[in-house]
Amino acid sequence: MSLATQQLSSLVTPPPQGDSDTSIMKIEIGPSHPAMHGIVRFTTYLDGELIVGMEPEIGYLHRGFEKESENSKWIQVVPYTDRLNYVSPLLNNIGYSMAVEKLYGIEAPRRAEFTRVIMGEISRITDHLTCVGAASMEVGAFTFFLWFIKAREYLWELVEEVTGARLTTNWTRFGGNATDIPDGFFDALQERLDKVKDIMDECDKLLTRNKIFIDRVKDVGTFSKEDAISFGFTGPMLRACGVPYDVRRADPYSVYDEIDFEIPIGSTGDCFDRYLVRMEEIRQSISIIEQAADMMPAGPIMTDERLMHYPDKKEVYGNIEGLIDHFKLVMEGHQPPEGEVYLPTEGGNGEIGFYLVSDGSGDPVRVRMRPACFNYVEAMPAMTVGHYVADIVPIFGSVNMIGGELDR
Amino acid sequence: MTTTDSELVTTSLLKKNFPKSILETHCHRGDETVVIDRKDLLSICEFLRDDEGCSYEMLVDLTAVDLLEQNRTPRFEMVYHFKSLRHGKRIRVKVRLDEQDCSIDSIYHLWKAVDWYERECFDMYGIHFNNHPDLRRILMYDQFEGHPLRKDYPMDRQQPIEELREIEERYHYQRDV
Amino acid sequence: MDLILEILSIPLVQSILKIAFIILLFAMPLGTVLTLMERKWSAMIQDRVGPNRANVGNYTGNGLLHLAADGLKSIFKEDTIPQGANGFLYLIAPFFGLIAGVATFAIIPIAGPIGDFTFQVTDIEPGLLFIFAITSLSVYGAVLAGTSSNSKFALLGGTRASAQMISYEVFMGLALMGIFMVYGSTRVSDIVNGQNEYWFGNLIPMWGVFTQPLGFFLFFTALIAETKRAPFDAPEGESEIVAGYFLEYSGMRWSAFMLAEYVAVAGVAVLMTTLFFGGYHVPWLHLWESAPQWLVTLLQIGKFSIVTIFFCWLQIQLRWTLPKFRFDQTMSLGWKKLLPLSLANTALTAVVVLAFM
Repeated sequence: MSLATQQLSSLVTPPPQGDSDTSIMKIEIGPSHPAMHGIVRFTTYLDGELIVGMEPEIGYLHRGFEKESENSKWIQVVPYTDRLNYVSPLLNNIGYSMAVEKLYGIEAPRRAEFTRVIMGEISRITDHLTCVGAASMEVGAFTFFLWFIKAREYLWELVEEVTGARLTTNWTRFGGNATDIPDGFFDALQERLDKVKDIMDECDKLLTRNKIFIDRVKDVGTFSKEDAISFGFTGPMLRACGVPYDVRRADPYSVYDEIDFEIPIGSTGDCFDRYLVRMEEIRQSISIIEQAADMMPAGPIMTDERLMHYPDKKEVYGNIEGLIDHFKLVMEGHQPPEGEVYLPTEGGNGEIGFYLVSDGSGDPVRVRMRPACFNYVEAMPAMTVGHYVADIVPIFGSVNMIGGELDR
Repeated sequence: MTTTDSELVTTSLLKKNFPKSILETHCHRGDETVVIDRKDLLSICEFLRDDEGCSYEMLVDLTAVDLLEQNRTPRFEMVYHFKSLRHGKRIRVKVRLDEQDCSIDSIYHLWKAVDWYERECFDMYGIHFNNHPDLRRILMYDQFEGHPLRKDYPMDRQQPIEELREIEERYHYQRDV
Repeated sequence: MDLILEILSIPLVQSILKIAFIILLFAMPLGTVLTLMERKWSAMIQDRVGPNRANVGNYTGNGLLHLAADGLKSIFKEDTIPQGANGFLYLIAPFFGLIAGVATFAIIPIAGPIGDFTFQVTDIEPGLLFIFAITSLSVYGAVLAGTSSNSKFALLGGTRASAQMISYEVFMGLALMGIFMVYGSTRVSDIVNGQNEYWFGNLIPMWGVFTQPLGFFLFFTALIAETKRAPFDAPEGESEIVAGYFLEYSGMRWSAFMLAEYVAVAGVAVLMTTLFFGGYHVPWLHLWESAPQWLVTLLQIGKFSIVTIFFCWLQIQLRWTLPKFRFDQTMSLGWKKLLPLSLANTALTAVVVLAFM
């Protein structure tokens, strides 16, 4: 019996030895279980209702993203990234494309960057809405889940307007975006954001000061700052512990350094803090979107660099360079110069980092994605042991594990 | 993005403290990178974590690269990414590993995040981490043969789980196994 | 004709007819319709449409046909028994809850008596003590289902259910002590008639909710916990222990659990109506002295039904608004808050009754 608790003896007490056959009940939670959204299994050891040991088992959704990417062309990886964190696919698209741009040493035009900020923040809101909604559903507040999903639906319709798809967006390219924002988009955006704000206020009134809800989430899954850093927590989970670390501020990418926003932090790192941090981040994201919409410059959405995107048909048929570019892109694909980069971006769940290695040929040597929730699931035993079995639900809900990102 | 050598604080600190074990440094696209000797990994990681000038409190990522198709002689490269919250810096530490002896010391006791990252690296590349207390497969199942992210693992090889294959044979095709 | 009246005047025949009327025409249909009502009302809360697809030809009845569809589906579904389950106990467990739920209606009068004929199956002397006895029977349903299923989740659910229901029976009894003192009886007809008195001339009826406001809240809370409805549905805890004690059931036995739950919801509603909202008595109706008997009876049944449906609705509304308690929070709420409150309520009522009545 290799309990994860035994390795974490500083955090938790190991299960009592001796007549463990009778007093400890081993119960398999998952992989098919209503609270295990995504597929994951927790082998849980219970003493009555108290959790004395837990061992997570992951890998049920492993699809070989990295292997598949390394056997594709660089641009063919973009659709695969949609399927990583499937509640905020655009953030993965953006993270990957910006990493390849870093590999090239180019930057996308400013209009493309601002569009990316807007779409990325919309995705972040959908991610947080899903997380908060699912977490509140699992503590019994089913109604809020559907209200949040309603708000998410408004935003996904926007995403669909721009990218043509709700989930399989495949929107970014190297050095720009596939499509520009359509006409009348900003009016629709403002209207939708107002609706989302209304729903947020409604839910805030019903949930944030609800005694039963607070009882369920307060002081549950508490995590200290030091442990969180050591476990490699990022994103809302780390901020709930009181560390103001946000990749958008710490290592600014895109145009986030021109935009004014605040980083909400919690104090104890319990589920309630995570809930509050996510709720506040939704508001901050709305403010970021509004600022970016105001600052949106005119101009192209694709870089002028050669060999980054297909030339216009006029160029292809009209001059030799265009024809060669088109031929090379079709036959060989993108060929980033030799080198390696790591680009961290702030995903919905935490730091999404793409570590890319290129050897100068058209085939990626290594496409590594740092999954944000890998560390969270790793820390599940440390968060749950000592709590009741019912506390797995709010803790795991606030962790916001996304199977596609976790198992890749 | 150009960064002069004087700004690479960590690199110069490491060069000063471990003059013999720093094999190579570079700063491609602004990513500070040091390639170190395998046997000094533990002490360098400890130094990176605990030294005042470094204080990399967070292990961001741990992975490996298989350079079989590039015909490099040390076939594997271990890649560690660290983040210092206090100084707002990142560093990449690389260790080259030979194919015949692809084992490396585990830094398990330094960061809690290491546990699963090393398990994943073992699972995907078959790199053995010395002194890791619980080195099992994590994403693949226990019966899996080979290490899928190695370049010589064929892309289209299929390995269904034995029991499931048995069930399929027996009930779907009515054949005995 | 005389023969029919002769037969009808036999008490046994009367009782059978009343059982048929009250159980088959009131309790069970109410329980069944409540399943649809809950789904429709939750849909309304959540900006959904709710069930509306089951149809005969073009007629959907706005979801009404789902009742028939669900019933048929449950009947024809396979009745699975998990490996290693205790067969006999597993098979009988679903019906404890249903029997207990339906038996509640036996002592509830739904209209005033006409001559010797009472609209009540039986008006026994112990009255509400019978309710306490019969509701403790429903604990067995949960416990037997949980232990006989050979499933760990079901076992956890059964354990939670037994602990919660046995605890809340204590407060349920204590919360009603005040009612017994105020109306001086445990017999239901005495309590109902006692609520037909008035304070300040004919201004305020002496309903239980006015004489025992604290007792009203305590009893309502205890009853909801007793029926394992949200926010006290930790024994079912669909997110952590999947469905709790009836996890392994399927088909009609699963439906029996669901039906038992809704019959219990209706049971809670009729108990609240009877004990705290004047039962069948229409307030201030006695001022209209020339009212014809048939009209009075109809009005009484109408008033009783309306208040009952209000309480059913209230329970549905609570379920879809509130998150649920954790199991230990349910218990500490019971023992640490409700128990002292109900003891205080009992003592206070005793003092007031001694001093003024």
